[in-house]
Amino acid sequence: MAYSEKLIDHYENPRNVGSMDKNETSVGTGLVGAPACGDVMKLQIKVTPEGIIEDAKFKTFGCGSAIASSSLITEWVKGKSLDEAGSIKNSQIAEELALPPVKIHCSILAEDAIKAAISDYKTKNGAAEVDAAE
Amino acid sequence: MNELKAKPIYLDYQATTPTDPRVVEAMLPYFTEKFGNPHSRNHSFGWEAEDAVEVARGQVAKIIGASAKEIIFTSGATESNNLALKGVMKFYGKKKPHLITVVTEHKCVLDSARHLEQEGYKVTYLGVKENGLIDLEELKAAITDETALVSVMGVNNEIGVIQPLKEIGEICRERKVFFHTDCAQAVGKIDLDVDDMKIDLMSISGHKIYGPKGIGALYVRRRPRVRVIAQITGGGQERGMRSGTLPTPLIVGLGKACDILSNEMTEENARIEKLRDYTLQRFRDRLEDIYVNGDEHVRVSGNLNISFAYVEGESLLMDIKNIAVSSGSACTSASLEPSYVLRALGVDEELAHTSLRIGIGRYTTKEELDEAVDAICTAVERLREMSPLWEMAQEGIDIKSIEWAEH
Repeated sequence: MAYSEKLIDHYENPRNVGSMDKNETSVGTGLVGAPACGDVMKLQIKVTPEGIIEDAKFKTFGCGSAIASSSLITEWVKGKSLDEAGSIKNSQIAEELALPPVKIHCSILAEDAIKAAISDYKTKNGAAEVDAAE
Repeated sequence: MNELKAKPIYLDYQATTPTDPRVVEAMLPYFTEKFGNPHSRNHSFGWEAEDAVEVARGQVAKIIGASAKEIIFTSGATESNNLALKGVMKFYGKKKPHLITVVTEHKCVLDSARHLEQEGYKVTYLGVKENGLIDLEELKAAITDETALVSVMGVNNEIGVIQPLKEIGEICRERKVFFHTDCAQAVGKIDLDVDDMKIDLMSISGHKIYGPKGIGALYVRRRPRVRVIAQITGGGQERGMRSGTLPTPLIVGLGKACDILSNEMTEENARIEKLRDYTLQRFRDRLEDIYVNGDEHVRVSGNLNISFAYVEGESLLMDIKNIAVSSGSACTSASLEPSYVLRALGVDEELAHTSLRIGIGRYTTKEELDEAVDAICTAVERLREMSPLWEMAQEGIDIKSIEWAEH
């Protein structure tokens, strides 16, 4: 399969690989996908009391497109508010990486992962408190 | 990453093989000065080509213990398999509309069977055991008075396991059922003898045995005679079973490829087996959680199919782009389904996604394998560091205990 240079760059030099302590209250974790489907993404965000994502980390089991999609989204969400990060669409990822049609599901997974991480963070911190901070 | 383009390493010998230079040399005159049509009966150009075709027919027959008259040239094993299944079923199907084959057969056998099913024939698909081999008792039980043909491949293209052809042949002969075997991956890898193994039809491929692409053969037994309905009709060449002008150069090439194997296969396979065992040992020395797919011993020497747990196959291939291997991962297939062969073995779907097929052949060197093992291991280690599944495994979390949202 012919991949774009950006995709290959994210695959070969993935940004923000790693893990944070999922028990910390400032950390939200999203784990999406399934091993049987060949894709599992773990995306973590560290959020400031002001509701800004100050750091993001990922680990992904999946094809090159899945790794690149997760790497890209960790770059994008840093510095964003939870609402901004939650509004990232899979189509933006697919476009940026020029994903071939059969790989669109990788970008959907990345969108699901950030949404799951945000939701986990909110659950941990009590949604009301976060809303107040925003 | 390596900026300099290093020479790529070919380890995909089950996909295809380079044509042996000795084969090319034998073929060349038949493109130019010896270009005659082997079916031209009234001049020397035709006779010359016909002689060459008949020599090749004998060379192909010899490697499987057949007689030259029983060899039909085709465009390849796909056509041979089509002709064997459709040809036999359509001839005998009125009285015996039942065909038995195996779930791990090559797509061209399975698809021929599907077509026959659509036309009203009955097909039984035998499963395989965990090691990839069929259960002979299951085969016996599947045969009925309506069974015309049993089709079981000699060697599997993905996992290299060798089916018990002699035992299958015995069972089929006893029950008066024809036995076809797709030996595209078996010729030159294991000893074959159509009489000893009681094989009635056998498919052979040129390009899997260092011969040219676009040529193959079907062995069709003469005594007791097997009849097939031609699938390609026309001038009635090849005893009416396959019309079309014979491609003399390709046939000469297939013959030469068989001739070379007749003389060299024992030594060649011993050498390749040593390389294979060495390679597997090196993987095991460096990596944990790797699994060989298919029986580790009842398999051809050149095939190594390994699952590298927690690392998805396509991403692994992307990392080792200088090394040509295949993966059973869904992402490398058009269907986005993981290998149906591995699934049939009962390999967990997540492990099927992590498999690589490493094919070792005539021109593979130890140095190439050393380089490949190093590159694959480095890639596996890098991707495991990036894998949430590997992280969970290291933390002692059972991946199967998690409720995954299948998508």
